[in-house]
Amino acid sequence: METIRLKIDGREITAQAGQTILEVAKENGINIPTLCHLDGVEDVGACRLCIVDVHGQLVTSCTTKVGADMDVQTQTAPVKEYRRMILELLFAEGSHVCSFCVSNGGCELQDLACDLEMHSVRVPYSFPRNRIDATHPQFLIDRDRCVLCGRCVRVCAQVEGAHTWGFAERGSTARVITDLAVDWGQAESCTSCGKCVESCPTGAIVRKGASNAEMRKKADLVGRLTERREHE
Amino acid sequence: MSKVKVSTLWFSGCAGCHMSLLDIDEVLIELAGRIELCNSPITDLKVFPEGGVDVTLIEGAVANEEQLHLVKEAREKSKILIAFGDCAVTGNVPGLRNGMNTDKLIEDIYGKGVTTNGKLPYDVVPHLLDRVRPVHEVVPVEYFLHGCPPPPGVIAKAILALLDGKTPELQGEDLKFG
Repeated sequence: METIRLKIDGREITAQAGQTILEVAKENGINIPTLCHLDGVEDVGACRLCIVDVHGQLVTSCTTKVGADMDVQTQTAPVKEYRRMILELLFAEGSHVCSFCVSNGGCELQDLACDLEMHSVRVPYSFPRNRIDATHPQFLIDRDRCVLCGRCVRVCAQVEGAHTWGFAERGSTARVITDLAVDWGQAESCTSCGKCVESCPTGAIVRKGASNAEMRKKADLVGRLTERREHE
Repeated sequence: MSKVKVSTLWFSGCAGCHMSLLDIDEVLIELAGRIELCNSPITDLKVFPEGGVDVTLIEGAVANEEQLHLVKEAREKSKILIAFGDCAVTGNVPGLRNGMNTDKLIEDIYGKGVTTNGKLPYDVVPHLLDRVRPVHEVVPVEYFLHGCPPPPGVIAKAILALLDGKTPELQGEDLKFG
């Protein structure tokens, strides 16, 4: 394995070729915020929150491989400002109202508002009102709380192999769907494994009937499953 | 030393933020010596004092024409405006009605057929705005206190910092919504 030397936030760091900037930063205790990243599935750079500055260019650290003599900056003022703006747009696009969410207190989006010091959302909220799909016997999806990270789509395809979840449409009408946009309860491919529930970073996909205290997700579940498979 | 003038307003919210303000325990004793509480649901004074105030805390979202008028007045008459709690900061629960017909809401809430001369009772009930808005969407706001309601500790921290002439350092968990 080829060894690479690079700098992150001025620190000299040694990494293996083929690793992503995000992996290397994590290994070295450098915190980069993420939302669509999930251990155990492929990274796609959907949420853009993990952007870093590489020689003046903004790149998603989850999908960019380390290179020799790279100079990575993870905490410059512009990088932090762009991350905050991305987060504000995510909040404005949905109805991410923490006070009446079953995931209040166990939500990655809510935590990001604290971590990225989001004091207010500077664009008007869109207050979408999509129908909640509660047709599945165990789970439900509130698409107004979805951030389109695609963790459900990837975990369903890459780990469970069911391919129930997918994306439909583009732009402001983009949404996650089950099978060919049928109600989740009618989606024949769904194995009801619940990995999408545990992988969803917000209160979009949740267990029915769970109280706020019970609805704590196991975001590391998928990573642990795939790790065990590798070691079989 | 003259006391710092503070007002609090209550728009579309449940009064929980005001309850949390009264829940700052012994800090209230210190505040009593340092602030003059002007117009507020707590004092029941309805109008701003002449010359305005130093700080106004606004609980609740801007949801009707009366609140729209008041929020502009509050901006004019306050040196510092604080969006106090999630309804003021995001729209929160009152924002749930966005997208609904406002006349129908008035009818549903005040009862079918509740009219004055055959009209909805807008001579006594302010018109609802088409859209519930967070305070900073209407007027500039200096500080935002998150939470439903904001925890008493965060409220005390912000007010005490301002009384000392400092910028409240709200960070991490202080910025938690919900």
